[in-house]
Amino acid sequence: MRLEKRNHTSPAAYVLAPVGAVVFTLLISGLLVLWAGAPVGRTYALLLQGAFGSVFALTETLTRATPLILTGLAAAVAFRARLFNIGAEGQLYAGALAAVAVGGMHGGTGLEWSPYVLFPLMMLAAALAGAALLLGPALMKARLGVDEVVTTLLLNFIMLLLVSALLDGPMKDPLSMGWPQSVALQGDLELAKLVPQTRLHTGLLWAVSLAVMLWALLARTVPGFDIRAAGANARAAAFAGVPITRTVVLVALLSGGLAGLAGAIEVAGRTSYVTLDMSPGYGYSGIVIAMLAGLHPLGVIAAGTFVAGVLVGADSMSRAVGVPTYIADVIVATSLIAVLVAGLLTQYRVRWK
Amino acid sequence: MTELLDILANPAFWIATLRVATPLILGTLGVLLCERAGVLNLGIEGIMVAGAFTGWLTVYAGYGLWTGVLVAALTGAVFGLLHAWLTVGLALSQHVSGLGITLLATALSYYGYRVSFPKVNTPPTIEPLAPMEWLGVPILSAQTPLTLLALLLVPLLAWVLMRTPLGLAVRMVGENPQAAEGQGISVAATRTGAIALGSALMGVAGSFLTLSAFNAFFFNMINGRGWICVALVVFASWRPGKALLGALLFAFFDALQLRLQQAGDAWLPYQVYLMLPYLLSILALVLVARKAAYPQALMKPYRKGER
Repeated sequence: MRLEKRNHTSPAAYVLAPVGAVVFTLLISGLLVLWAGAPVGRTYALLLQGAFGSVFALTETLTRATPLILTGLAAAVAFRARLFNIGAEGQLYAGALAAVAVGGMHGGTGLEWSPYVLFPLMMLAAALAGAALLLGPALMKARLGVDEVVTTLLLNFIMLLLVSALLDGPMKDPLSMGWPQSVALQGDLELAKLVPQTRLHTGLLWAVSLAVMLWALLARTVPGFDIRAAGANARAAAFAGVPITRTVVLVALLSGGLAGLAGAIEVAGRTSYVTLDMSPGYGYSGIVIAMLAGLHPLGVIAAGTFVAGVLVGADSMSRAVGVPTYIADVIVATSLIAVLVAGLLTQYRVRWK
Repeated sequence: MTELLDILANPAFWIATLRVATPLILGTLGVLLCERAGVLNLGIEGIMVAGAFTGWLTVYAGYGLWTGVLVAALTGAVFGLLHAWLTVGLALSQHVSGLGITLLATALSYYGYRVSFPKVNTPPTIEPLAPMEWLGVPILSAQTPLTLLALLLVPLLAWVLMRTPLGLAVRMVGENPQAAEGQGISVAATRTGAIALGSALMGVAGSFLTLSAFNAFFFNMINGRGWICVALVVFASWRPGKALLGALLFAFFDALQLRLQQAGDAWLPYQVYLMLPYLLSILALVLVARKAAYPQALMKPYRKGER
């Protein structure tokens, strides 16, 4: 088997490739649904209905999509520069901790500043905390050649242990009855609800605007060009005068910052305090979402909504027909691989010989 | 201080160290083999989950323990072949393919577990591999045969890699695939074989946890052990002997933190002890980074005729 570069790819192929990949995924996953002894068509119908079939379902999906879009953007911008940031999970927790450290009530003695000052300060602290956690690995990669995949991954474990230690000790909520839970955020710092009576909050608007801003930055500005150039060919970019260290720092700030904001926005929009299980792996899902989106910031919005829909839909489907919710993870993982293969086939032709 | 000495003087501590090290040794050898052939395999975390699950399920279904180990190895090899197809055949990003395989293997295992056991809360147990009391060697005779297998594989892999034509072929496709192809070595076939075999070792590494250590399958039971193996390979500069050393060192600190924690020295939160192995891994990576001799073609896809 060998691959041959196609001379021409029709625009339709670019659209059809991901669609075909998702159809393929649903067929394969259908076999697993059959294994669980459930009717495939009804299971998928229930999944779709549970994800998008009612106002409640839709708001739940979009609530779940909010942190996923942010961590997806974090992965996308880093991967664009070939900085394989696998540490968004830890950076998310760093951001959440920073948000509570600035805007928490601390036993009723929180900072008594105007929310107009405190809120931006809280978000800034969260972004910086996330960025700081990525800056070390990024600089170690740039200066010493230490593989950032491993260091960012290991930092996730360290960060979760740090969160656990802080929730047991200095940041523990005295009113939490012994649960490992941080102090609560001051009420006036919480994000407003986007749809009354649901959990959907204005964090979604943040996520979407940040996606648009990131797209503009990458597509239209000099630093954005530097990021893409460093990713395409670091040596050539350095030769052409792209400031590599400055670009690495910028990418770390953007990627870690976005993941940190994801944590702060989860706290301010949904949980109002930090717990050890506030993220069911949003950082890791962000990597998948970025890949599904082809590392395009606007595509991340769609991919994040797709993944959130699968996860939320699987929850309600599972209650109805008893197919384990892990089917959602199978669908997400399979579609990642299928989309990668489909994307390749739009650019290459496979010759069997 | 006396507490520390007490811990170190106790054979149970060294038995635990070797037990903790076993899956790390097997997994690290697996990653090492893949990387020597020029392919990063971040699928290890998921492949270990899958090996732990299928190995355990086989034994639970009534087959022998060694059949379980074999099935775990085959499971690993199947995911390895998928990784090989994606990274060698289609030349997709090794990072992304590996992460995808970790997600897929983990999700499939958890799904399979839940479909097989929809209602149970306590995981069903099996009778695990017995310690090798017949061996009569202190510390080692408290281990199961999988530990012995792991220890024997270290010199075997070192010998094959460094002293045989097959090992030379593997190292050549990892260093300079063009030159290897020129020598009539098939880069694709060699890499595919190395990934399949390396992934089989990862599957066995996972099965150690269910068939030898915990005698049941739990969610999150691999808990980052696979990632540690990826770090250990860099620490070991891609040498099996050093990989053994690294795994033992890591296990030493892991076993030590557990005991220090139990000794109840409350002047540090227990989480700090848990962080130690990870912090040391990062430190080790930084220290060896300067002289790290990566296989030159690591993470570089090779297409025949393309440069």
